[in-house]
Amino acid sequence: MNTDELVAFLATGVEPVAASATDRRHAVALAGGGVGAMSLMLVLLGVRGDLLAAMHLPMFWVKLALPVGIALGALTAAKRLARPGVVLGWLPAALLLAPVVGIGLLAALALSAAAPEARLALLLGRTWAVCPLLIALLSLPVFAGTFWAMNGLAPTRPALAGAAAGLLAGAVATAIYALHCPEMAAPFLATWYLVGMAIPTAVGALLGPRLLRW
Amino acid sequence: MSEKSAVESRLQGLLLQGLAGDTVAYHVFLKESSAHLRAFFRRRLLRLPDEVEDLVQETLLAIHNQRHTYQPGQPLTPWVHAIARYKLIDLLRRRADREALHEPLDDELAVFASADNEAAAARRDVLKLLDGLPDRQRLPIQYMKLEGLTVVEAARATGMSESAVKVGVHRGLRALAKRMGVRS
Repeated sequence: MNTDELVAFLATGVEPVAASATDRRHAVALAGGGVGAMSLMLVLLGVRGDLLAAMHLPMFWVKLALPVGIALGALTAAKRLARPGVVLGWLPAALLLAPVVGIGLLAALALSAAAPEARLALLLGRTWAVCPLLIALLSLPVFAGTFWAMNGLAPTRPALAGAAAGLLAGAVATAIYALHCPEMAAPFLATWYLVGMAIPTAVGALLGPRLLRW
Repeated sequence: MSEKSAVESRLQGLLLQGLAGDTVAYHVFLKESSAHLRAFFRRRLLRLPDEVEDLVQETLLAIHNQRHTYQPGQPLTPWVHAIARYKLIDLLRRRADREALHEPLDDELAVFASADNEAAAARRDVLKLLDGLPDRQRLPIQYMKLEGLTVVEAARATGMSESAVKVGVHRGLRALAKRMGVRS
């Protein structure tokens, strides 16, 4: 086929394209993945028994703000990476760093205020061994969603786009896991929540170049 | 206004009309883009002249399939350049022949800097690749893109629903884009 024929072929019968098409795709992916992760959490883990009482504590909201803030940064990055010719810029990095630095400072404060023999308990809590794995597990449905969204768009840097999609999945999963998780110490959150989110991020970076081809 | 930015705003206007459903403007957009892409790739594939037309066609297909990722306020040149560059790198990676890269790839403005209107045939023929698609993709493409039927007419001719016809065209063109990239 001659290129002029291909042009005519492509231009025949084109439907209008909505400007919101890419945003809609991200929204569908997050809604679907979020419902999947929430169902997994409710069925496998259940919400913490004292959820209503915990909601009166500032630390509960800090614990939720950490993954929500990271999710916003990851979503900003994913949306930019999904479009050819759009510069990633400093905004996604700033959005990602703000909650990480914030929880890091809180963790440092908590550790320095605690007696030396109490520090390890603040860091490990009671669930450190399962926390990152459960976050990774809950991230699976969201991961499927964010990769589906990215796959229908046009990332020109697939490893980075995969990492952003993985981090977004991990952050959403962590916010949902926080409704189950009984831990409230900043050193715990600053360590194991971030490790949990790093797992789908790394998997996304590895799978991006394989799955996000167009 | 410089010549480059005049091309940019003209093509941007055509693409926006195309995205709104104006097939004539969209045709002109693709046709003029193909000339720029040809010149762009020809300068970069001095040792691989036979690849130029295939790459032009692959890139046109990618531009078409990914046209929903273009945001109306976004400058057009970086968008087209990023797609062309992605396809070029993909080709070079497949050939594992990075020496063919004579020039840096990051000169963004160059994509619309010159044009070459000699359309030629690609070695990977879209029509032949079309035969390999499943019916639910091949038939809608055949009726809508080759015979020029409307969605309603194509739905009637295939017995598929209108949305299935649209999905079939969309997925079929994406599958063609993937198959064009596979060279023996």
